[in-house]
Amino acid sequence: MAKGKTFKRPEALRDCPTHYCPGCTHGVIHRLVAEVIDELGVRGRTVGIAPVGCAVLAYNYFNCDFQEAAHGRAPAMATGIKRVRPDLMVFTYQGDGDLASIGMGEIVHAANRGEKFTTIFVNNAIYGMTGGQMAPTTMPGQRTSTSPFGRDAAQVGMPIRVAELLASLQTPAYIARQTVIKPKYIARARKAIHKAFSYQLANRCFSLVEIVSTCPTNWGMTPLDAVEWTEKTLLAYYPPGEIKTPEAAEER
Amino acid sequence: MGKILMKGNEAIGEAAIRAGCTNYFAYPITPQSEVAEYLARRLPEVGGVFLQGESEVAVSYMIFGASACGERVFTTSSSPGISLMSEGISYIAAAQCPAVFVNIMRGGPGLGGILPSQGDYFQATKGGGHGDYRLLVLAPASVQEAAEMVMQAFSLAEKYRNPVMILGDGLIGQMMEPVAFPEHLATPPVNKDDWATNGMANRGSQRPNLVKTLYLDPEQLNAHNLTLRAKYQRMRQEEVRFEPYNTEVDYQVLIVSFGTMSRVCRTAIDNLKAQGREVAMIRPQTLFPYPEAAVREAAAKASCRVVLSVEMNMGQMVEDVERSVRGQRPVEWFGKCGGEVPTPEEVMEAVRGLLAR
Ligand SMILES: Cc1ncc(C[n+]2csc(CCOP(=O)(O)OP(=O)(O)O)c2C)c(N)n1
Ligand code: SF4
Repeated sequence: MAKGKTFKRPEALRDCPTHYCPGCTHGVIHRLVAEVIDELGVRGRTVGIAPVGCAVLAYNYFNCDFQEAAHGRAPAMATGIKRVRPDLMVFTYQGDGDLASIGMGEIVHAANRGEKFTTIFVNNAIYGMTGGQMAPTTMPGQRTSTSPFGRDAAQVGMPIRVAELLASLQTPAYIARQTVIKPKYIARARKAIHKAFSYQLANRCFSLVEIVSTCPTNWGMTPLDAVEWTEKTLLAYYPPGEIKTPEAAEER
Repeated sequence: MGKILMKGNEAIGEAAIRAGCTNYFAYPITPQSEVAEYLARRLPEVGGVFLQGESEVAVSYMIFGASACGERVFTTSSSPGISLMSEGISYIAAAQCPAVFVNIMRGGPGLGGILPSQGDYFQATKGGGHGDYRLLVLAPASVQEAAEMVMQAFSLAEKYRNPVMILGDGLIGQMMEPVAFPEHLATPPVNKDDWATNGMANRGSQRPNLVKTLYLDPEQLNAHNLTLRAKYQRMRQEEVRFEPYNTEVDYQVLIVSFGTMSRVCRTAIDNLKAQGREVAMIRPQTLFPYPEAAVREAAAKASCRVVLSVEMNMGQMVEDVERSVRGQRPVEWFGKCGGEVPTPEEVMEAVRGLLAR
């Protein structure tokens, strides 16, 4: 056999097709999470928590223990697990409707308590699963099925920057935002996820990686247009980078 | 072991620890905050987990997460808090996870009041959350019984992989009585490796476990509900508990009453006996499964003219009494809510009123 890297499926992913639409970034994010789980060698003690949203069936794709949450409640479930079984590696995988709307209370308090789990926060600026309604992260002017004339910030406020909001809490945490729309971003997202899990494994702090994502189906765009719109519009409002590290928080 | 004088709420907390459950999540609410206050001090002594959640909604999911990874876990709350937990309770029942919920009921609806009530009978027995699920509901009438039921609740929850609810009222929580914690009621937790998400490597398995409640396929969802139903049927066969009182004599009235209210009825029955009137009582100790056969048979006694459901609410259990009696005798309701427990005299008056008809 020739030496070198072969592109193969991570052990933490199952060998099956997903139900995600063409151009959707959920699949890429799954793969990155699975690669990091493999790399850290923690699959045997990992529990994932699926959200209510397009990723509700994530447990059909990941190859580790899973719990399926109610809409928005994954951080409370993760809290329950980590408090009684701190030896388990726990991550929640949540959309922006799930985390930033119905589940805002749960994520804020889990982050503020410094719960030692990791959240993968998939921000696609819309409700995917239920057919494209407005989310708290929907951009001003963005048309959705419940904001048919475009999001009117005077009526419903500006989109919530979850990473910054959580980073404002005084409790040390690792909070980063990345995207996976192009190869150059993917490596950074992977690194952020690796860091987030590592902080958990060191029992250091709460960690969250927001991934700015696409939903071409409900945005009414082709996958390519969706990538362009994400880069131009979403990344301008949701800039990638490390927003908070526990080291910086502890130095203050 | 000797008895110690304890407040009901504290006895409930201690009973859980004695039963081998040292994981507790809760949110404060009167009249049961003493459970959390007691456990905040006590659980660290035994290396347990105490966490005050940000809301009852969150608490119910902390319970879900912890029980889904196989650990014994419980919470306590009171009526408005149980309403918020009901979403989680529906999911926990659907996911077939064992967990123990204690409701020290206060008056409702809405914010209601903080005094004792039995106004959550429907919520506990008919499902406060959505969908076809049932809780196994135990109703203690003393601090001792509350402690014993809490201890038994964990193994019952594991036997059925279903949430168990202890339905007490504010009086049970607040009053002080001597209590003992019978060691034989403490059972070791069962092995949950075949379903719990406790980490594949930890159980030496290659197969991931999944705890879920979504069944998009109609046939699968129906099959899932049939599985749940079969469990509830088994509870009906194996777990019905009740206490008869003065049923060996020829009584004219049969009282059905549970919890604190049944203690008042007992006094009323004794007083009426002294006045030459015989009244009997069936006290359900399980509200689900309901002691239907016991109520029906007691009502069918030839001497019995009428059945009276006495409750600290506006008439909830009376519907189960009617269901049990199946029209063989007239069924009436007497009760009060707002926080004042009806007195023995008021119950006696209600009985005399029925006999005068
Ligand atoms: C209590 C409750 N309310 C509403 C819903 C309906 N619902 C399902 S998914 C969803 C929104 C999901 O959007 P998001 O979290 O952004 O995830 P995406 O589908 O975009 O990945 C809603 C509102 C529900 N399942 N439960
Ligand atoms: S609806 Fe949107 S978020 Fe859901 S799978 Fe399709 S593209 Fe992805």
